[in-house]
Amino acid sequence: MEAAAPRPVSLARPRLDAAWAALVQGRVLWAWAFVAPTLIALLLVAGWPLLTTLRFSFTDASLLSLEQASWVGLANYLTVLRDPEWWGSVRTTVAFAAVSVGLETILGLIVALVLDTEMRARGLVRAAVLVPWAIPTVISAKIWSWMFNDLYGVINAMLLRMGAIDRPIAWLADPSMSFSALVLADVWKTTPFMALLLLAGLQLIPKEVDEAARLDSGSRVRTFLRITLPLLAPTLGVAVIFRTLDALRMFDLVYVLLGNNRSTATMTVYARQRLMEFQEFGQGSAVSVLIFVFIGAFTALYLRAFRPSREKS
Amino acid sequence: MKRALLISYYSCLLVLPALGAPKLTLSCGSNGIEHQMCEKAVKAWSKQTGVAVEVFSIPNDSNDRLAIYQQFLGAGSPDVDVYQIDVVWPGLLASHFRDLKDEIPTAEIAAHLPEYIRNNTVQGRLVAVPWFADGGVLYYRKDLLKKHGLKPPSTWDDLENAARTIAGKEKGMYGLVFQGRAYEGLTCNALEWVASHGGGTIVDEDGRVSVNNPNSVKALTRVAGWVGSLAPTGVLGYSEEEARGVFQSGQAIFMRNWPYAWALLEADGSPVRGKVGIVPMPKTALGDHASTLGGWSLAVSKYSKFPKEAVELVRYLTGAEQQRIRSLEASFNPTIVALYDDPTLLAKNPHLKVLKSALASAIPRPSRQTRQKYNRVSAELWNTVHAILSKTETPEVGLASLEKRLVSHSNGGKW
Repeated sequence: MEAAAPRPVSLARPRLDAAWAALVQGRVLWAWAFVAPTLIALLLVAGWPLLTTLRFSFTDASLLSLEQASWVGLANYLTVLRDPEWWGSVRTTVAFAAVSVGLETILGLIVALVLDTEMRARGLVRAAVLVPWAIPTVISAKIWSWMFNDLYGVINAMLLRMGAIDRPIAWLADPSMSFSALVLADVWKTTPFMALLLLAGLQLIPKEVDEAARLDSGSRVRTFLRITLPLLAPTLGVAVIFRTLDALRMFDLVYVLLGNNRSTATMTVYARQRLMEFQEFGQGSAVSVLIFVFIGAFTALYLRAFRPSREKS
Repeated sequence: MKRALLISYYSCLLVLPALGAPKLTLSCGSNGIEHQMCEKAVKAWSKQTGVAVEVFSIPNDSNDRLAIYQQFLGAGSPDVDVYQIDVVWPGLLASHFRDLKDEIPTAEIAAHLPEYIRNNTVQGRLVAVPWFADGGVLYYRKDLLKKHGLKPPSTWDDLENAARTIAGKEKGMYGLVFQGRAYEGLTCNALEWVASHGGGTIVDEDGRVSVNNPNSVKALTRVAGWVGSLAPTGVLGYSEEEARGVFQSGQAIFMRNWPYAWALLEADGSPVRGKVGIVPMPKTALGDHASTLGGWSLAVSKYSKFPKEAVELVRYLTGAEQQRIRSLEASFNPTIVALYDDPTLLAKNPHLKVLKSALASAIPRPSRQTRQKYNRVSAELWNTVHAILSKTETPEVGLASLEKRLVSHSNGGKW
């Protein structure tokens, strides 16, 4: 993160200056030598596929005959941008990201605050909290899909027995319920991640600051709002960025729970359907590029919003 | 020392693959006891021939299966030698499979149901050998119908009446379950509803989009009326196994499913054992019994490293002996015509009689007309039907916009 070398203090001594420059140059060279393998690996595994996708997005390539593709210009992009189904998937994705990340942040913060207190068996509780995060998404999605089953799922059974509902709810079938079910499963899975990141942030805040503030004002809520929360802001920012980017490219959970259903398809489900099921590799690539641009724009926005607060502190 | 080690290590890497004995990989489904059946059959064959076979489990959703296959075949991967393929895929994947016409004795080919051989022959090449036949059938609870003095339904009206009568008297009973999740299974169900109301086959023989007609509207209006009353709302999220779960645990009177469910419903410990009957899918005054043609075949990859062994494996698995075992133990229906007259099979699987007549009048999905675009057509159809059944669109509006979208894909009927 920091600059490689401090700048020379004085400009009045040219000989020392030259030596300094040589030294810096040497270090820079070494730095490049060390970074090069990573950069090359990145170019190969990220850059090359990205460029290939970009190239395919301007062709009419089909999955089963990738070689015989001809150039079609912007036609794929125009088709996708004119497709109401695409915009539906964009709306679903953005709504999903906003609602799920919002809930995860609030719940994660609560869990982190609880875990930050002195209590017995803290290590054990912390490990237990991580369990949902540790289960592979496809497996937890499958578990949720059985729990959500309307006639023999455990969730309806519980609600029915408690008398909260008198008819089973079709969680995954009814379009108005399936979005909530999706958010619920995602919140369950990723709140631990949020909690852990925020806990790390909380532990960076010196205890003395907290104690001094509490002596001054007395109110715990005010201490939290005025002292803890602002000091936690940088961590919170990073955590929210991580989660939002993850939520925007979410695929596994929605695909296992709800499949290709048009009313709940996210951008990635839309892309996969074009690429794989319809064999329209060109159009699917155009969708992938659009998703890339979309997420890139989000990242840029976030970084801009986030930077000033860091420089202030 | 180190150098010698390194050299021997690398030479091992180079030599090993060349020394490898033939080892085949067979892709095989895992609905119900399908996977166990595959393992068993393959083990028996390995014992006979000494060739090892690995069974590669594929997902239950046929859309996912196709996606995996396309990735393997598109990349020319030799990892899977024998593919289990759906009745709608030969046209799509033909170029990646070996022509088996000259590699298998003609008499063996002629023993299969001619519908399937015709379906699997693409531009004169036999790209797959039929393995098991499938068609939609209606399961019903014999015991309940008898108790209430009702006969197995022959029309949709009969079915609705029976379901209402019984569901009114038996607590916690739903009338009917089917496959309503937005996926290929819903396309199969919808085709039966539409065809049995005289609404045609979505895209007609000449490639013209025919889905938007008053009879289709009638069919879908009827089905949309079931959801939330005769059928649980959750049916909109069911594929085959979820529907079977509901029926087998005794919570539904009727179920539309494929014949594979029979063996499971009749298995030891099944709550509905001995209480189930099968009839052809109901008809109406407007149209006849309609059963969507399904079924799976085995194809040999062009990229297989051991094509000779792979063809032998296909011949063994699709042969009369194996088909008979699979029919007896797991109710996979034979594609070999002679087996439909086998008394032992008929005793164990009385539905074979129903199926034989269903297959004779089965409706193929419009995959031959729509070729490369079939998946797109099917996805448009199931999405529209799902929206109609969940009442976010009326049948009239839904079918009109479906027609418009299909026509825009149809390339003037040439697809």
